[in-house]
Amino acid sequence: MTISIQRSHNDEAQTYNVELENVTLLTVLNHIKTSLDPTLTYSHGCRSGVCGSCAVQVNGREQLMCEYKPSDGDEVEPIRNARVIRDLVVDSSMVERCNRAGMGWSESSKADHVSAEKMERIETQSDCILCVSCYSACPVYAANPDFIGPFALTRVWRYVNDPRESDIESKMATVQTNGIWDCTLCGACVPVCPQSIAPMQDIKMLRMKSGMLGYPDPTMNFGGSFDLGGWDF
Amino acid sequence: MSKVLIIGSGGAGLVSALSAHEAGAEVIVASKTLPTRSQTSMAQGGMNAVLGADDSVADHIADTLKSSAGLGDEKRIAFMCEKAPEAIRWCNSIGLPFSRDDSGEIARRRLGGASAPRACYAQDYTGLKLLHTLYDQCLKAGIEFKNDRFLLNLITDQEANRVLGATFLVIETGEVEEIRADAVIMATGGYGNLYGKHSTNSVQATGDGLAAAVRAGARLADMEFIQFHPTALKGSSILISESARGAGGYLLSASKERFTDELAPRDVVARAIHDEIVASGAVYLDIRHLGEEFINHELPQERKLAQIYEGIDPVHELIPIKPSAHYSMGGIEVDVNCMSSVNGLFAVGECANHKTHGANRLGGNSLLELVVFGRECGRNASEYGERYPAPAVENPQYAKDTNFIRGVMYFTNQIDFYQKQEMLANIFYNNVGLVRDDMGLKAVLGAIRQMQKELPFMGPRDKSKVCNTNLVEFIEFGNKIELAEIIVVSAISRVESRGAHYRIDAPARNDQMFGAHTITWKEDGVLCADFLL
Repeated sequence: MTISIQRSHNDEAQTYNVELENVTLLTVLNHIKTSLDPTLTYSHGCRSGVCGSCAVQVNGREQLMCEYKPSDGDEVEPIRNARVIRDLVVDSSMVERCNRAGMGWSESSKADHVSAEKMERIETQSDCILCVSCYSACPVYAANPDFIGPFALTRVWRYVNDPRESDIESKMATVQTNGIWDCTLCGACVPVCPQSIAPMQDIKMLRMKSGMLGYPDPTMNFGGSFDLGGWDF
Repeated sequence: MSKVLIIGSGGAGLVSALSAHEAGAEVIVASKTLPTRSQTSMAQGGMNAVLGADDSVADHIADTLKSSAGLGDEKRIAFMCEKAPEAIRWCNSIGLPFSRDDSGEIARRRLGGASAPRACYAQDYTGLKLLHTLYDQCLKAGIEFKNDRFLLNLITDQEANRVLGATFLVIETGEVEEIRADAVIMATGGYGNLYGKHSTNSVQATGDGLAAAVRAGARLADMEFIQFHPTALKGSSILISESARGAGGYLLSASKERFTDELAPRDVVARAIHDEIVASGAVYLDIRHLGEEFINHELPQERKLAQIYEGIDPVHELIPIKPSAHYSMGGIEVDVNCMSSVNGLFAVGECANHKTHGANRLGGNSLLELVVFGRECGRNASEYGERYPAPAVENPQYAKDTNFIRGVMYFTNQIDFYQKQEMLANIFYNNVGLVRDDMGLKAVLGAIRQMQKELPFMGPRDKSKVCNTNLVEFIEFGNKIELAEIIVVSAISRVESRGAHYRIDAPARNDQMFGAHTITWKEDGVLCADFLL
């Protein structure tokens, strides 16, 4: 099997020929690093899809290397929207930056007892492994590098929607800027999530919550000039 | 205000960071990965605590003591079990999304060796959700993270036996960095990755913190005790949770016969599987009769991983399994305040030996331990630093380590360390695994000493300064070799069988000779070992 991997030292794709079948991409890279080319650089950890270290792009789509089975001719590149440090390793500071910007944490909590049904409301969102595949797939970053973005907004919704949370005001105020209204609802973040989370859906939920709390919807533009195509009469 | 340096950012590191911060310290967390990528994310089962009237703290203490096979400290076990309900409530109060029972109380399940269902859980993602919740709280508290810092050495004042800070390789730049602090907390996790592909652990679990601690003069305790999980996937050692057997899964021999009680304690089941593999060549886990719906709901991770790594679907096929190295009971010896034998050096979590697990850890007690002792450790380190600020004295460690990083690039590379690493993993699994004997252990010791001599003839082949993971892996290998010697010397010295340490040439427990902790340390680079109460 031949796979090509984008290298940073010469900014070119390097081709490797490996005789491994029916293994994960991570197994292939481990084989290359320990037997063929020790300079090939990538991140990995748990091997089982839960630590979020090994997201890359394969043929232009985000994949976890430990869950993806490569086939002949695959092209592997680092994830997008992030500074490449070396080969497939990128600067991961967006994890801290975006989660801080969105205030993705519990402010204060009440009530020990909560029904199973209510708790399940945040089950999917709290499955997030911060692999940042959604961040890589998001087209908004081309226009707004300060966008709080899909994984952090999912995290905000996870706390806003937590039945135990007693203070959601500050979070809802925070996500008004560079947050829920900057999303184009294109949905690119949804299919790439290895945990089947749908950040776009969570952003929609935050928008609804925002409306309920009386925040204006800037995408509606009522009261301002009609600048939406087709309504300009 | 005291300055506390925390090395490692898994559950233990983050709990102590929050606790030290709360106690008023300036906190820095330095770690070789991003916090959410640490091994805590892999913990599935749960966190033990007695919450209801159907269970009692006395039973939790008794179960833990029994499992520890005479090496658990009753007072510290009692402390941990008594603090458990409060620890769970604290986790709940910061937002950990526990699963719930019908009454809305935190749901609990029974794990092996427990007399009641007392492992509080969040689906099969307890560790993941704990870790992320803690990380979120650390961001809220404004705790400073220095990620991609690979620990090289502790900085110590040897005269005063006092820690002053630590040195790190900044992975991205290749420079050495010195961080000074009034107190240092080691929270770097276990050493399961010594077993390589025969371990369920993350590739990060290379025991860097223990190796640095022993080089700095700290004492280690009970290093020969390594828990093997009975059911890991045969090819990859990826964990198949205990709940698969808890729910009624069978263990089958090569001829598809049941051969053991699936619900006996971990060490017993693991040895039975080992013996059966030796006898008949293979062992399988059979969960087909549990049905697709149950498997999808209760064991979704397992189904997915068996499909990816073994190419089989557990709904219709048998899962080939083997026991794999899973948890390091041994660690840096700490006192009731979580302080090591080096003044100002604290340790917590899997890298520490709090003497709560003894010779065999009970499922659900590791997450509990890191929360309970993490909270103690952070506060104690903060208070220690307040009372005894570290003197700002010159120290040669930074210069030494800078020279090492420069010099290691000139190692001759006649021998491939990746091959040696794989060999180490294989001989450890075969001879320092579930069943051990004197001859086999001594053969491994000889091989380790040879590898130690050969280290200068190995080295990183990648000469890049920027983000050189080949260099990092080589230094990790050096740490593993350092710990491997200690583990094997401890295992040779303990001529008895107890908990996870089973000697086929001495199958009985011998309290008179060995009812004590295996304490190891280094004097002028020479390894010393003794049995001490």
